[in-house]
Amino acid sequence: MAELTYREAVAAGIAQEMRRDPSLVMLGEDVAAAGGVFKTTVGLLDEFGPDRVRDTPISEQAILGAAMGASMTGVPVIAEIMFSDFLAVCWDMIANEIAKSRYMTDGQVSFPLVIRTANGGAARFGAQHSQSVENWAMMIPGLKVVAPSTPADTVALMAAAVRDPDPVIFFEHKSLFATKGEVPEVEVVGRLGEASIVREGSDATVAALALMVPRALEAADRLQQEEGISVEVIDVRSLVPLDTKTLLASVEKTSRLFTVEENPRLCGWGAELISIVGEEAFWNLDGPLVRITTPHIPLPAAASLEDLAIPSVDRIYETVKSSLR
Amino acid sequence: MYDYSSRPSRLPLPVDERMASADIDLGQRKSIYRSLQELRQFEKRAHDLFLQNLVKGTTHLSLGMEAVAAGFGAAMRPDDYTFATYRGHAHALARGMEMGPAMAELLGRSNGVLGGKGGSMHLTDVSRGMMGSYAIIGAHLCIANGAAWSAQMRGSGQVTVCFFGDGTTNIGAFHEALNMAKVWQLPVVFVCENNLYMEYTPIDLITAVPHPAADRAASYGLESVIVDGNDPDAVYLAAGKAIGRAREGGGPALIEATTYRTGGHSRADPAKYRPLEEVEAWAQRDPIPMYHARLLGLGVAEGELSSIERDVAADVDAATEFAKAGEEPTGEALLTEVYADGSSRWRN
Repeated sequence: MAELTYREAVAAGIAQEMRRDPSLVMLGEDVAAAGGVFKTTVGLLDEFGPDRVRDTPISEQAILGAAMGASMTGVPVIAEIMFSDFLAVCWDMIANEIAKSRYMTDGQVSFPLVIRTANGGAARFGAQHSQSVENWAMMIPGLKVVAPSTPADTVALMAAAVRDPDPVIFFEHKSLFATKGEVPEVEVVGRLGEASIVREGSDATVAALALMVPRALEAADRLQQEEGISVEVIDVRSLVPLDTKTLLASVEKTSRLFTVEENPRLCGWGAELISIVGEEAFWNLDGPLVRITTPHIPLPAAASLEDLAIPSVDRIYETVKSSLR
Repeated sequence: MYDYSSRPSRLPLPVDERMASADIDLGQRKSIYRSLQELRQFEKRAHDLFLQNLVKGTTHLSLGMEAVAAGFGAAMRPDDYTFATYRGHAHALARGMEMGPAMAELLGRSNGVLGGKGGSMHLTDVSRGMMGSYAIIGAHLCIANGAAWSAQMRGSGQVTVCFFGDGTTNIGAFHEALNMAKVWQLPVVFVCENNLYMEYTPIDLITAVPHPAADRAASYGLESVIVDGNDPDAVYLAAGKAIGRAREGGGPALIEATTYRTGGHSRADPAKYRPLEEVEAWAQRDPIPMYHARLLGLGVAEGELSSIERDVAADVDAATEFAKAGEEPTGEALLTEVYADGSSRWRN
């Protein structure tokens, strides 16, 4: 095992896959010589050279078009969109072209490509560089969507995403880049569509994603210590495919479900989880299904306001505690 | 009510008679003539079937514009890539898409080339290098770059040709794509089919320069090329030059082919916004009678040309029967091919 930061794990995952598959290439703004604005691609240009690691102009449509066209003609691609907010300027590529072309051509084309992007808040960047937009991607048929919370999962899911024959939107959380974790020093390959029970418990299930996972874990520890409430925490990890088996089995055990979502409230991913549990596990429930989310607002820049907006350890703690009382 | 039809006509240039003596093999020219006939007769039939309510939705026809597709089709290698727009029937057929499955797709039948899931605006046949018809303006120029980039990386020598309309030159993706293509020296040829109208609006009214593509070429370090898009020989020569240079590593090209659509933008459009004089003048420049006369002038027998026309008519009849005989797709097809495992499964 080696201790890596989450940002180092991004590069490690990409490097592992580029070593395995000499046809795999990557492109994006400042990804090569600069090593990425978040330093998530440091060392890749040196190891793999400028033909395989390409700096691009600020042209998000051209970046994703290049990724789509190359992947449909035999060259797998990892494309970076620097901030997930910028997905909005190339959403046609994602939602209309990459996601739909396989279906529209009745399976004539495949898109083995990964679109990596820095998602999420808590970095005081304001409304256009902080959004959590995983729910945008989740609602488009044809895409797969993952968002790791640990360095080990980052490597494992990167490998799984690259090896998957479908387009995968890979959300890296910008406020997790500095966090550290153990990563095995052998080849690491995860699977899309597998949630992880990161803390076992019996009184309530809390489903969280990305930055919300460590917050949910901390809240769970406090609930145990201070209130004697035993919380099971699920790291959803993969929104599409969605591991509903793990979710439903957990709710069957705990009879309560809370979701902790950084995306703004309306149509967040937790609403889908809750609707599934409401339909399929209703008679196992002991109480309401509860969503803990960012409000329906653009994110503010000021630290005090942003901290109020995004679900905090305290908010998770208080919500679970008062709901179970 | 203001009516664009009262604006001054934009008349075609006369045929460049020198093209008759251009160095093009006569067999190639006959093949181009067959292609022109295929595109014309197929689309006229598609139009008829629409009027019979057998083709649903909409169609965007290339009637009058066939010389661009036929000229390029003749200049491309079988493994080259084509990217087209929703006005893509001609480009698909010019790459050899079989007429039966193409017509069946227009009719929404399960024996269509896309199983009825794509329709008129998305004709695709990867086996023929027809990499798709894209119905949202601009995107496919960027996607064409990707196919060209892939060919460059694989050293395959394939060239990508990307067709689009004059209206596309005013969307951001056009500019992003041309810049990246030039910076990366991609083997891609961008072809603007300038039919003078962005849907219902004259392109010159809404574009900062007179030639919407050619006048932008210099911005991306490209040569400004305007070709008579109603002369198949002129198109074929320009295509051969640009494709040949791209294949040799000379980088991208941008060609503006001046042409005119006989009908409206889509089935919903009677195209009454065009001056009558203009419509009539362009009708005189219809590429097919012109090319017919040119081939006669080059010594091809009338009987040989009419034989081609009859053969194509029989092919179109057969394609129509094939399409009409197809089943409507069933619910089984509804949920397939969303993902590469063939399913639409998003959960376990």
